[in-house]
This record gives sequence, structure tokens and C-alpha cells, in this order.
Amino acid sequence: MSVATEIKRREFLKAGAALGGGLLISLYVPEFAPAARSAAKPVALNAFVRIGTDESVTVISNHSEMGQGIYTSLPMLLNEELEADWARVRVESSPVDAVYNHTVFGIMMTGGSTTTNSEYDRFRKMGAMARIMLVAAAAQSWGVDAQTCRAEKGFVIHTASRRRASYGSLAEAAAKIAAPTDIPLKDPKDFTLVGKPVHRLDTPSKTNGSAQFGLDVYIPGMLTAVVARAPVFGGKVVSFNADKAKAIPGVVNVVQVPSGVAVVAKGFWPAKLGREKLEINWDDGPGAAISTVEMRANFSALSKTPGLVARKVGDPAGALASAAKTITAEYEVPYLAHCMMEPLNTVVDLHEDRCEIWTGTQFQTGDRAAAAKVAGLKPEQVTLHTTLLGGGFGRRANPSCDFVTEATEVAKAAKSPVKVVWTREDDIRGGWYRPMWYDHFAAGLDASGNPVAWTHTIVGQSIMAGTMFESFGIKDGIDSASVEGAADILYGIPNVQVDLHSPKNQVPVQWWRSVGHSHTGFSVEAFLDEVAHAGGKDPYQLRRTLLASQPRELAVLDLAAQKANWGSPLPAGRARGIATHFSFDSYVAQVAEVSVEKDGTVRVHRMVAAVDCGRTVNPDTVKAQLEGGIIFGLTAALKTEITLDKGRVQQRNFHDYPMVRMFESPAIDVYIVPSTEHPTGVGEPGVPPVAPAVTNAIFAATGKRVRRLPIKTEDLRSA
Amino acid sequence: MISFTVNGKPVTVEDPPSTPLLWVIRDSLNLTGTKYGCGMALCGACTVHIDGQAVRSCVAPVSRAEGKKITTIEGISPDLTHPLQQAWIEIDVPQCGYCQSGQIMSAAVLLAENSKPTDEDIDEAMSGNICRCGTYPRIRRAIHRAAEIQAQRGGK
Repeated sequence: MSVATEIKRREFLKAGAALGGGLLISLYVPEFAPAARSAAKPVALNAFVRIGTDESVTVISNHSEMGQGIYTSLPMLLNEELEADWARVRVESSPVDAVYNHTVFGIMMTGGSTTTNSEYDRFRKMGAMARIMLVAAAAQSWGVDAQTCRAEKGFVIHTASRRRASYGSLAEAAAKIAAPTDIPLKDPKDFTLVGKPVHRLDTPSKTNGSAQFGLDVYIPGMLTAVVARAPVFGGKVVSFNADKAKAIPGVVNVVQVPSGVAVVAKGFWPAKLGREKLEINWDDGPGAAISTVEMRANFSALSKTPGLVARKVGDPAGALASAAKTITAEYEVPYLAHCMMEPLNTVVDLHEDRCEIWTGTQFQTGDRAAAAKVAGLKPEQVTLHTTLLGGGFGRRANPSCDFVTEATEVAKAAKSPVKVVWTREDDIRGGWYRPMWYDHFAAGLDASGNPVAWTHTIVGQSIMAGTMFESFGIKDGIDSASVEGAADILYGIPNVQVDLHSPKNQVPVQWWRSVGHSHTGFSVEAFLDEVAHAGGKDPYQLRRTLLASQPRELAVLDLAAQKANWGSPLPAGRARGIATHFSFDSYVAQVAEVSVEKDGTVRVHRMVAAVDCGRTVNPDTVKAQLEGGIIFGLTAALKTEITLDKGRVQQRNFHDYPMVRMFESPAIDVYIVPSTEHPTGVGEPGVPPVAPAVTNAIFAATGKRVRRLPIKTEDLRSA
Repeated sequence: MISFTVNGKPVTVEDPPSTPLLWVIRDSLNLTGTKYGCGMALCGACTVHIDGQAVRSCVAPVSRAEGKKITTIEGISPDLTHPLQQAWIEIDVPQCGYCQSGQIMSAAVLLAENSKPTDEDIDEAMSGNICRCGTYPRIRRAIHRAAEIQAQRGGK
């Protein structure tokens, strides 16, 4: 892309932003034309859709595709109103511009299971706007009233005269029509696309190797770099000797950057071999004192002391003191790495007056600004191309923009176009983990076994502290992400208190699929199971009682229980566990069917899930997200933990940070509660109920209560 | 210099013989469908076929390819017509899609050797391939479906 066309594109985008609502008109953008179809003119009817004179329809996605199916759901929403031929609809990622900002977060980013929720109205409006303009163009050329024309499958039709004109033939005229301000939308009962299972637009390219992820970007003259980063979080390079690294054939350059030492080579392999030969003298700093064993003791002690009060209802202390029975328990979960299958990577092509970046990111506005800062450019001089993401799970929305910042530093130091590649070891040892958390509970039960008091003290690092989200996410010292799913429990317990401690250390922490819910889902739902058993109640029935005033949560609970045949006999050795959790404005309940072998191995045979996420856009995608969330949650329940000794991460690859595999994958049944409510999240809500459903089933099968993840085989051994 | 064929085309490369085949395929031959996931033969994202056998190319030195026929994801069909591709599309298996090249390459060897795999056969053949998005239930369904498609076409 030349500078001239780039400037033209900037103006084009600015026009859209200035007009509000993403509207932009009458601009033909030559660089968007695919070379192979140079005769076809793509015409932008607004910032979110282009109609080609060849009848192609391109929907521009401002949200990143990381597996959640948004490259299909957003086009579905837009085309519900556009009425183009779905078979011609394609999708591409948007550039970074204010016009593409998240409607809630105010920057361009993807996260928090918010895409469908936040774009449900805008994408339909953008489709309707374009349709109205196409219809107006046709009506104008026929000299008829637009009201007498209709749109259908890529044509405008004048019913009375049976005249038809294709969208492609109308596009250029439509672009000259003044954009409408009154944009009525369909009654949802008339939806023809939204709410129906639709095949994903990206599936074919993901079955023949043509889908392009960040790691697949190759540009002329590009070198590949791997970076030797500090073995301890917060460590710094004191000195290094690169002689042996430079002796590796293919190694071109070795440069120091703020995060470490980069070996720049002709390809990944020589870069990796070169890195192994580096001799670096590190100053570890205070991070070298961190040990998980010590942290566990400290967190445990802290969890028994009062913290900042995140929520208080009634008189929890008084109710505990006067309860007929009290129980207490302590739960803990470890640091976790995101472990996307595509390790982090970024391609940077840095010039004096501009910079071009290709990466799979969830955090475009932040990453572009960070790269500009390193490069000494204005953000507008940085073009960021969002590729497909080989998994995200939160890691690619890094609040410090770590991987893009570092890659820009490497390009700047190496004075060459460069692709920085993280190895799997770099990914697992690279920090930005789901925080380690401790949860201390006490519950008071009345004489009939119902909970009347509930106190919950949470200990764990703040994710938001020190980030651009601090003012938004932290109020009165309480990080909402630390207490979500705990301070807002839906159960009708009259006396509740939730406290928080937010200790600090050098280990960088970050949102990880379902964020705070990834620990509160487990601890709250497992402790509630303890409460049920302590009161002599069936765990499903106790939840029903406590959710009497929460109809949507109750409905998913009932649906999951019914579909799992809760209470019916199972083969010997098998048992069921149930859990329900509200997160990202969606309601999910799950039932796990589990057995435990004599050696303590846990077998999860079946998972049944029910979800109420409001109106669904693509129901098959909702099911896929729940299936995937369950496997993701099972890996956390059964397999993974990051531990540190002397500040060093003790895991490095899939042999010691193992994932659930095919042979461990249970049968999964997902049921969606029909709803006409506004759509809510589905990417994350499937994760929180998994671990408690499984550990509650383990208790039912063995009488052993698991209060620490991952579940340890040795704790469950019976022979 | 090492010579072999990739997807039917003869190639000669100058990479050192110990270079993993994965990085020769990606960085020297620019076939990017084969993915890097772990570098230790633990995840299967890099699976290719050497003379019809599934191989984790991240640990296979390129010297092992000398004179052999290499097939990558780009070579299993020119037009998405392989029964596995058809089944993958029908069932919408992929989420992020990054691991799916390796999944399909492992499944292709399974189907070639076993025209009607059971769930146990699938567990055995596919447990070397990790999918972090958790598409396993759909991969299982799609392999069964691909076996049907293959049978309808009259075997291989």
C-alpha cells in the first residue's frame, strides 16, 4: 500500500468518524480491490460494508476472530438487514480507527464476551443503512417511490413493474445517496438469518491451510527473531556475549531490547539455535524471591483475615454466631497460562515516517499506540493489520501491549522488517497469567439446613491495577474482576459478606477466559455443594430453593438437571455433580458425570450444559463455544498449574503443562434456552461451572471434597 | 542440498540437514498451512505425511525427507473435496483453526488405514493432536462422517 493510498484511506475513515455511527459515503477505495478482479469496484456504503460491482459483499469486522465465530455472526447481523445474497458475503478485518471502536470500551478491542452484545444493534443498522441507500438508488433510476420497492437476496425489486436491479449494479449510485438518519430495523420475528444455524464463513480456509494467522505473514526482506527474556519476572540484562550466537549460520544480528536480547536470523530455526548460544548476565531483581510454596502459605493466612469489603448484606457475623451449624472451607487455584495454540508473534515493518504491523491481536488501539510510541511516530502513521488469531483467551489483549511493543523494539534495533516469534516455552514462561487465588468461606445453616449466612474472603493479585482499565475496573480499592461471581452471587442468602485482599508481586497477571469467574465459579459452587451436604439437602434442590427469585438462572439449572436425568441411577462407580454460574450477563448450568479409578484418575464421561445467553445469532456457534469452554475448563480442573521456585516458572511445554486430549474428551450436550432478550456473552460463560460440576461429582462418587485445582490424582487414590 | 517432493512437486533445499522439516516447509518453501505449536512433538499442529505416514515435522530433521514424498495440508486435495474436508465443513469443526491442519493430517492417515474407525480408534489416532479451543467432540463426529463419505464414494 502506497503512502498516497494510505492517506486517502485515513481521510476516508475520518469522514466516517466525523459523520458518526460509522457512516461514510461516496468514496471509492482502490487499494481494497483484489488484484485478480481488478475490473470490479468495491464501493463502501459505510465503514462496515462494501458492495462490489461484481456483486461481492464484504463485511468489515472491527472485532478479532479468535475462534468464537464472530467473522460469521457479525456478517449475519449486518446481512439480516442488508438482504444481500448470503452466498456472496465475505468478511475482512477492519483497520484501526475510532469509527471501529468498541461501543462500550471506546477503543478497538475484542474481549469480555461482549462482541455480539455490543454490536447487535450497530451491525444491523449498518446493513439497513446500506439497503435503504441501494433501494433509493434503484427507485431514483426508475423514477418511482422507494416505498414501492423491496430488497431481496441482492436485488432491489419494483413489485408493480417487475423491474429488478442487482446490488452490484446499484452500488456506485447508492454511494451518492445521502445516508438516511431514520433507520428502522426488522421486528426480530421476521429474522431470516439471525437465530438460524449458519455455516461459518471461515471454515473452508481452516481445512486447507489457507487461513492466515500472524505467524503465516511473510513480507519481503523479513527476518525472524526470538528474544531471550529474563528468567525471573522484572529481571534485566546486565551484560551479554553474542559471539557464539552470531557464529550460527543464518544468524544476522543480535540486538538488546528492553525485554531482553533478540537474535535476528534468516528464519526461525537459526534464530532459536542462536538464542541457545547466548551468554547473558541477568540482574534478577526482587522477583527471584517468589516461590509458590511460600505464596500459598501467605495467601492462606491472609484469607483468614478481614479484607476490603466488596459486598455486605444483613448481619453476616451475627447470623454466623447464632447459626445452628457452621462450616468453613478454603479453596485455591493456581496461576494459569493461556496457551493459545498459535504462540504470540508480530511482524513489524518500520520506516522513518511510517510503520506497518501484522499481528493477531485483541487490542488494536492500544497496540497501535504502543508501537507508535516505540517508533517515535503518531498512531496514525502506524498501520495495524489484524490477522486471524490462533486462539486468544484474553492473552492477546495485553494491557501493556507487551508482544507488539517488544516486536517494534526489535525492528527498531535490528533496522529490518522482522517477525518476532515466541516459542511454546516463551509462552508458558512468559507470565500474564490468570492470577493464583485463595478463597476462604464460612457458612451458617439454620435448624432446617438452609444457609442463613455466607462469608467469602478472596486473596489474589489485581488484574486491573496499573492498567488503563484501573479507573474503570477498580472502585474503593476493589478490583471488580477479583470479586465477580462472588460479590454478585444470585443465591437468596439473607446475610452475605465478601472481602478482598489484593497482594502484589512481580508476576504479571491478566484476564484469562472468564477472568475472576474462573476462580469464583469453582469456589462458590463447590462450597455451596458443601453447604447442601452439611444441611442434608440435595445440591440441585438447594440451588432451586435459593434461586426462587432468579427465573433465568433457575431455568438453566432445571434444564441441565432434566437433560442429565438428575437423580436417576447410574452405572456403579459413576456419579453426577451440578453447578450453575452467572457471568458475562449469561446464565449457565452444567452437570458432570464422573468416575474415579482406583489410582485416583478422574474420568469425565459426560457434560450436560444449559445456557441462556439471550437471543442467539448463530446457535451452532453458541453450542461450539460452550463445548470449547467445557474442554478449556476441564484442562484447568484436571491438568494445569504454573508454579514458581526462586522466581523461576517450573513448567515449559505441553509435557509439564498438559492439555485435555481427545481420549479424555467427554460426550458434551449443550441446550440453549430460547430467549428474546438482548444477546449476552458466550465465549467465557461456559468455563466457570466446569470445575465445580466435576469436583461435586467426585464428592458424590467418593466422599472426597476437592478444594484445590488442578485436581490431584494422589488425593483421590483408593488403592 | 536435500531433494524430495512436496505435494507432488520436486523441491531441493539448502537448509542444514538437521533443520526440522517444519521450518523448511514454512520458512524456505513458504507453505504456511503446517503449523508450529510446541517444537517437541507434543501437540501435533505440525503433522505432515512422509510417504503416507503421519510425522511431527517439528522434530523430524529435513534430512529424513531425502527422496521421500511429503504431503502437507495444502496437498490433501486441490479443491476441498477430501472426505475429511467435506466433513469438517459440514460439521463446522474449527474454531480458531490453528490446530486443524494437523488434526486433518492425523485423521487422514487414520482413515487411509481404517475405513471405519471406532471411537477407540479415534482416541488412539488423534490423542497426539491438541486443540485448545476444545473441538474434540466435533473432530470425532467429523471423522465418523468422513468415513461415511469415503464409503459412499466407494472407498478410497
